[in-house]
Amino acid sequence: MSKRTAKDAHLPVGECVTQVGINQDLSSVYNFSDAQELHLLELLKRTAIHGESNSVLIVGPRGAGKTMLLKCVLRDLLEDKEAQKSLLQVHLNGLLQTDDRIALKEITRQLHLENVVGDKVFGSFAENLGFLLEALKKGDRSSSRPVLFILDEFDLFAHHKNQTLLYNLFDVSQSAQAPIAVVGITCRLDVLELLEKRVKSRFSHRQIHLLSSLTFTQYLERVRTQLSLPDGFPDSRFAQDWNDGVKTLCGDKSVEEVLQRHYNSSKDVRSLHMLLMLCLSRVSVAKPAIKPADLLEASRLCFADAKANMLHGLSILELCLIIAMKHLNDVYEGEPFNHQMVHNEFKKFLQRKSNSMYNFEQPVILKAFEHLQQLELIRPVDGSSAKTQREYQLMRLMLDHSQIMEALQKYPQCPTDVKQWAMSAFG
Amino acid sequence: MTALLQHPGYEDESLQRVAEQLPCREAQSAVLLSLMGQPQQYSYPSIFIYGHRASGKSHVMHVLLRELELPHATLSCVECVSGALLFERVLLSLFGHEAAALLPRSASLSDFVRVYRQQCSLSPAEQTRFIVTELLRDADANLLPALLRLQELVEDNVTVVLLSEIAWDKFRPNTGCFEPLLLHFPDYSKGELQQILSQDRHPSYSADFYSSYINILLGVFYSVCRDLRELRHLAALNFSKFCEPVANVSTGNGKRINRLFLTGLTAVKKKQHCAYTCLSAHTHIELPYYSKFLLIAAYLASYNPARTDKRFFLKHHGKIKKTNFLKKNEKTSNHLLGPKPFPLDRLLAIFYSVVDNRVAPTASIFSQISSLVTLQLLAQVSHEDQLDAPKYKCAVSMDFICAISRTVNFDIVKYLYDFL
Repeated sequence: MSKRTAKDAHLPVGECVTQVGINQDLSSVYNFSDAQELHLLELLKRTAIHGESNSVLIVGPRGAGKTMLLKCVLRDLLEDKEAQKSLLQVHLNGLLQTDDRIALKEITRQLHLENVVGDKVFGSFAENLGFLLEALKKGDRSSSRPVLFILDEFDLFAHHKNQTLLYNLFDVSQSAQAPIAVVGITCRLDVLELLEKRVKSRFSHRQIHLLSSLTFTQYLERVRTQLSLPDGFPDSRFAQDWNDGVKTLCGDKSVEEVLQRHYNSSKDVRSLHMLLMLCLSRVSVAKPAIKPADLLEASRLCFADAKANMLHGLSILELCLIIAMKHLNDVYEGEPFNHQMVHNEFKKFLQRKSNSMYNFEQPVILKAFEHLQQLELIRPVDGSSAKTQREYQLMRLMLDHSQIMEALQKYPQCPTDVKQWAMSAFG
Repeated sequence: MTALLQHPGYEDESLQRVAEQLPCREAQSAVLLSLMGQPQQYSYPSIFIYGHRASGKSHVMHVLLRELELPHATLSCVECVSGALLFERVLLSLFGHEAAALLPRSASLSDFVRVYRQQCSLSPAEQTRFIVTELLRDADANLLPALLRLQELVEDNVTVVLLSEIAWDKFRPNTGCFEPLLLHFPDYSKGELQQILSQDRHPSYSADFYSSYINILLGVFYSVCRDLRELRHLAALNFSKFCEPVANVSTGNGKRINRLFLTGLTAVKKKQHCAYTCLSAHTHIELPYYSKFLLIAAYLASYNPARTDKRFFLKHHGKIKKTNFLKKNEKTSNHLLGPKPFPLDRLLAIFYSVVDNRVAPTASIFSQISSLVTLQLLAQVSHEDQLDAPKYKCAVSMDFICAISRTVNFDIVKYLYDFL
């Protein structure tokens, strides 16, 4: 996330403008309840201090604050002297460690045991993991140091072969070998369905669900706090003006409507950040304040339809081909078409109705057709194109009727006969 | 024009140079600059820029990064076929040879992040590092989500900029990911194209002359093609042709110059057909006599339904009822649906009836069929193991077969079901 920290700038407005950024105390942004935080903290304390093995899953949609929760809890945990001394952490990520072998190497590396392992060859995964945990035993060989395994993107680990890593980790957490805590973070609510039976039975079925429960007024308040400058800002007069501007902005009716629209589509913090980033990018030295128009423009950019934007840039020939495809879809009720059919439809239009377009040669039309395929506005029905010729390959149109009509309205200098052809009921 | 690009973090001089090299893209470069912010500040972890071909996406990024001298790595996914190549390039550009050498042979994402973190701790970032890459559709499944989160994974001031022609919705993974900031680069309007194309004129001709030439060029080609690169290529190609009439004239009065422009225009129009006609592989082929008839027989077998063979190829045939319904339902026109497969026996039967003189079924006839398949005029549909009843399809267009049948004085249209 953007971390624009305030420097020691006093005087020029330009300097102040560059320091404006989004208020960065992120832990206040997310509103996980204290109960959840305490629950997790308790669990990890039991492992770190008392040597009890535990496993827990943190589940929540993207941007709900799962990693942030874990970071806060770890920060609190490490304040305890004993935990700080003996706890070891291993951070694994499902995106990076795509294989159990790679995961094991990473674990060895993070526990700093490469020298101990050396060139040993192990028979199985369990042996290897057992060896690593043995090696962590303290001097008097009575107990092992507690290890905290954090598995980010937990659902991706469930796709590994036989789920060996998960099985072994949960196995160790259930048996009395060494005190470990396994914390899995995932965005899938159905993550337990992904686990095999033997893995699921060794899991403690403890889950912490993070679901956003913001109301709209809280959302608005969040917007205001995010945009306001903190108290410690060097130029206090500028900060005062800025914060007043933000307050009037939040009170504006049109701004509230826009934010209501964003809130209805997604409540999470990340999309809010994106909106505010776009809004702030319009602040410059010449214009050092936020106006409602900025937010409206940023919202328009966020909600822009990408396909409509791409349709705007097509040439007239390609647009005519899309209209021909639309007519074919209407007449034949969504059955796939090929290049010859579209060309035929286009020729019918040229014969009957066209004044501005004239007939192009076959290779030109084929090239336009292929350009549309490259933009993925049309897609082949089945993947393989080896057997059929290019002109006869069946395709489907990936655009909606309303998208095409809207694009036609916005198209610059669209010839009227093309527009009328599009609006007529049958080709 | 240049006053629009101002940012406190960068010198005005370099910004002016940037603005000169990016005509008609001031708004987009201003947005990018404000998103990039000051060099030592973090910016948004990933940015996705989409727009048509040749709408200036990579050009703007490269000019910005080069003129403002920010540390960056430019990748082309076309060159980096595997992830390992990509990682090596990034480490090479951002940290140098030694870092790239630390990567193991077939590096995984895990190795890349590890080496990156090591290098970061050795040389922490004073300025934002940029990785600019073009997204390909069939990249590795976990590469994209990892790239989008790279800032978080390596804990460094790095931003990944992704360029693409296809909209973001097609790339989004199933279970979601860290959403990048979406930026659209709109296409150039006709006026903007005129402005950009007029800039690369030959110094020996005047600006007015060249811009009128560009005007004519756009008038001809704009309805078909708006791609800046292609238009530049066409302009370069046709300019010499356009200048010929002008060069041949010593003095001109008004009327004559008009006529010159008209001749120039027709020359350009002629070139349109040539320049756009992709070189078809079938333009000039000389086939032996029997091969031509084999090809004609194959075309007839592909595009006529089997039940109509009796009517076309027997001397005494009965009538075939063609119902009104079939005639009106245009979709059954075989020329729209494509060629149908046919067995070898049917091909030979039609061949014998079409060829004038008597032909014996020798090996030379069969080998000609195989050579037609090699020339890709016929396509083999059945599996290669089936030796006794192979099936073929005819892969030539109507124009080509008409040209061939004209050379052997055969009226093919009379034998086609669709033209009855």
